[in-house]
Amino acid sequence: MSPRAAWRLESLGFSQVFDYVAGKVDWLAGGLPVEGNLADLPRAGDVARSDVPTCRLTEIIGDVRARVQASDHTLCVVTNDEGIVLGRLGPRALRGDPRALVEEAMESGPTTTRPDDPLEAITERLQEARVGSILVTTPEGRLVGLLYRKDAEQRLGEAPG
Amino acid sequence: MPTSIDRDDVQRLMREGAQLVEVLPPAMYEEMHLPGAVNIPLKDLNRETTAKLERDRPVIVY
Repeated sequence: MSPRAAWRLESLGFSQVFDYVAGKVDWLAGGLPVEGNLADLPRAGDVARSDVPTCRLTEIIGDVRARVQASDHTLCVVTNDEGIVLGRLGPRALRGDPRALVEEAMESGPTTTRPDDPLEAITERLQEARVGSILVTTPEGRLVGLLYRKDAEQRLGEAPG
Repeated sequence: MPTSIDRDDVQRLMREGAQLVEVLPPAMYEEMHLPGAVNIPLKDLNRETTAKLERDRPVIVY
């Protein structure tokens, strides 16, 4: 929508027109402030942990396992050089053959949510599915972080009202 | 030609006094918008609705 708006503004005589195509979702992914009636609504991007370990398709499980063990997490997100999520290595995969390639052991196409998705709705989904975490990505698939259900429940418990 | 920009560019241009215009429907704007943004939905963009914008200052649309 914004590219058409940008061109329309140029046609109306504006000479310095900039198009922020990624828009509000990207803005929230950066943890930046917003205004509006629902500005204070807790969202996925508010609670997602950005320090989740990442790895590449061509790494071996043994190397990745060591990195994960040195972190506060139990899984690794498989990304490319652009930060796009390609898969996920859970605890079971990380316990597998240490010489295996990440590409062979990963879960492809993991479920994701967007940083602007309301936290309450996501938490309900996680509770119903009995899932402990979900990846948060931009609409383009770029990793924002890992949202833990326990973090979300804690945040919602702290929320006023 | 309009220039595509990223989040860092938006922040820099905002500091430099750029005008922010959200072109999404009003209900989406009311829920949440970038600080200081005004709402002119795409279908309403015309000379009248943009009259309050300054033509010699940068404009960011999203």
